[in-house]
Amino acid sequence: MVPLNYYLILSGLLFSIGTAGVFLRRNLITVLLSIEIMLNAVNLTFVAVGRYLGSVDGQIITFFVMTVAAAEAAVGLALVIALFRHRETLSPDAYTSLKW
Amino acid sequence: MLLLIPLLPFLGFLVNAFFGRRLPKSVSGLVACLAIIGSFVVSVLSVISVVSGTTGFAEATAFDWMSSGDLQIPLRFRLDHLSSLMILVVTGIGSLIHIYSTGYMHEESDPEYARYFSYLNLFAAFMLVLVLGANFPVMFVGWEGVGLCSYLLIGFWFRKKSAADAGKKAFIVNRIGDFGFILGMLLVFVTFGSLDFQEVAAAAAGRAPETAAWGVMTIATLLLFVGATGKSAQIPLFVWLPDAMEGPTPVSALIHAATMVTAGVYMIGRNAVLFEHAPATMAVVAGIGVATALMAGTIGLVQNDIKRVLAYSTVSQLGYMFLAMGVGAFSAGIFHLYTHAFFKALLFLGSGAVIHALAGEQDIRNMGGLKKYLPITYWTFVIGALAIAGFPLLSGFFSKDEILFRTYTAESTPGHTLMWVIAVITSLMTATYMFRLVFLTFHGERRHDAPAPAHPEEEEPVPEADAHGHAAVHGAHAHAAPASGHPVAAHAPAAAAHAGHGHGAGHGHEPHEAPWSMAIPLILLAIGSVVAGYVGIPHALHGSNRIESFLEPSFEAHAAAPRETVGADPAAPAETRPAGEAAGETHADTGTELNLMVFSSVIALIGIGVAAYLWLGKRGTVDAIARSFAPIHRVLLGKYYVDELYDAAIVQPVKTLSTGGLWKGVDAGLIDGTVNGVGLVVSAVSGVLRRTQTGSIRTYAFSLFAGAVAILAYYLFG
Repeated sequence: MVPLNYYLILSGLLFSIGTAGVFLRRNLITVLLSIEIMLNAVNLTFVAVGRYLGSVDGQIITFFVMTVAAAEAAVGLALVIALFRHRETLSPDAYTSLKW
Repeated sequence: MLLLIPLLPFLGFLVNAFFGRRLPKSVSGLVACLAIIGSFVVSVLSVISVVSGTTGFAEATAFDWMSSGDLQIPLRFRLDHLSSLMILVVTGIGSLIHIYSTGYMHEESDPEYARYFSYLNLFAAFMLVLVLGANFPVMFVGWEGVGLCSYLLIGFWFRKKSAADAGKKAFIVNRIGDFGFILGMLLVFVTFGSLDFQEVAAAAAGRAPETAAWGVMTIATLLLFVGATGKSAQIPLFVWLPDAMEGPTPVSALIHAATMVTAGVYMIGRNAVLFEHAPATMAVVAGIGVATALMAGTIGLVQNDIKRVLAYSTVSQLGYMFLAMGVGAFSAGIFHLYTHAFFKALLFLGSGAVIHALAGEQDIRNMGGLKKYLPITYWTFVIGALAIAGFPLLSGFFSKDEILFRTYTAESTPGHTLMWVIAVITSLMTATYMFRLVFLTFHGERRHDAPAPAHPEEEEPVPEADAHGHAAVHGAHAHAAPASGHPVAAHAPAAAAHAGHGHGAGHGHEPHEAPWSMAIPLILLAIGSVVAGYVGIPHALHGSNRIESFLEPSFEAHAAAPRETVGADPAAPAETRPAGEAAGETHADTGTELNLMVFSSVIALIGIGVAAYLWLGKRGTVDAIARSFAPIHRVLLGKYYVDELYDAAIVQPVKTLSTGGLWKGVDAGLIDGTVNGVGLVVSAVSGVLRRTQTGSIRTYAFSLFAGAVAILAYYLFG
């Protein structure tokens, strides 16, 4: 049996990769993808800890997260398309006018 | 029934205030007159029932006004002998002046006319509340109410700046006095635990007269006296009364001569017992009174506005009344108040008739020779002038003589002989300036058609009918005009009069005798001025001085007062009590009084004679005197520069403090500065902080992340 720590380390790595992607990539779609990676890193933790504790709660929460992530992806991609129509670019640095 | 007395004029006020705009003049005038005459009738009936009753007073309580712990203030009216006399004066003379006003104010438009009468009725209502009030607060309501009406009526022609200013001045100066009145009232309550006049009198009677310099009764009475100086125009708060002459003349007669300004005297009479127990205050009252009498008399000698002369004369006579109050001769003071109401109202109404006849001219230098045009006004005015001068056997003679006699014999007042001397000198001046008015206005030659500099627009083209008189006329005019110093104007009607020509019918400028609505009050008041004094014929003339015995109960602590205690109190000096004096009038006193009477009659005649010598004959003498005493003349003409002094000492510093300190410093600097400063700080700080809001999603996301890490770190390692 694979020890819990392995899952947690993997999950931590995935989360760090996702975070780095969100901050470093210059493309909104990639940023969305990175967010998905972060979500799935968390999912992995839930499932692993659920299994470790012998409870199904982790898996149930994971289903919720996946549902929300699906909705998020739909809305996020729709926004990306709308933004692209507006500015002809997908770099997040182009969209800084949301301030006073 | 007592409640009806102030209520009737108040109803008249309501009718004219709310419907007057739509009523024709005849109706609004009639309503006002009926209201005050009705009040007079009720007053007479009430007074008869009080006088014939046994208790000596009647009471009526409308409702409990304030009730809080020890403080019980009912809205209660009380009619005793003192207030009986006052309500008869207020409603009686008030009625005559209402009737006179219907004639005098006839040129006003309907709404203005109704406004005038609504104020006049409101004034009568408040004055009656003042007089009838059974305790300090009710009196104070009336006291403030008459002040308000005085303000409204002085500023009746409010489009004229001087009138509006005079109204404000009167109101503000009165406020200063009222402040003293309030403080005095509070001190009385704290000391005696009551504000009812009878209860206070009873409580005060139970105490020994204060000899200490600053006893509580002395302070209380001094504060009340400050109120009296404001309302009754005494030094130092007299400055508003001469300016109050900006109001319509009947108002000057009613409010600023006969009734309201006597409220201070009345208030002291009402609290006679309290004042008697504060000898220091009494001395101050007498001193202020006599000083005011002298000062106002000297100013009156040189003023040129007919109403201002009368105003200073009023101030001077009020000074006499305070002198009487101060030496403990309360009934003499009230007696003079009562006779003064008649002859001063008469004089003011007479001057109103003159002003009316001359279409607004008030400068006596532009009058003269009116005797032949205004016979009724002339004779009534002369009667009034004789009465105020103290001509033997007219009303002023009895009352003034009583005051002089009482001052002369007032052993308990320090410096009473000096006061008597000053009072006699003032009496001489009174006779002189009153007859100066008479001679300049009614005698001599007509000067009023020389156009006054103030009214150039009133000059009319020369009517053709008189053209034939021109040559003769010019000579006559050149003769008359230099006396008044006005440019010679070829004004035909006047010229015709001078040259002895007949008058054409079409002269718009012809002075006309007052209409009957004005003449009848004049005649009635003249009769009053002659006979009013006969209720107070002194014992020395084998009279019974009925007014004194009539008023006496009002100046003593009443039924509730422990009279025996007062008598037994060895510290209570009998000589300050008028009752003791009246009873103790010895033969020697009678002799003194007779001598003084003859003396003051002689003084009055000398005064009239001086006036006749100076102003009836050649004018040169007066000018010569004025020139040789030029500095004094200037000071008198400038009214001792009291207005300027107050302006420099009080008005300007207050203005400077208000403008520089309170407005620009506190308001604009501190308050606005704080508010604006808060705003500035917020906007400056946010100017810096808003740079953190870049609009870059990445930055936001990073701060979110950093925050999350920080919180996590806190829980993991904290």
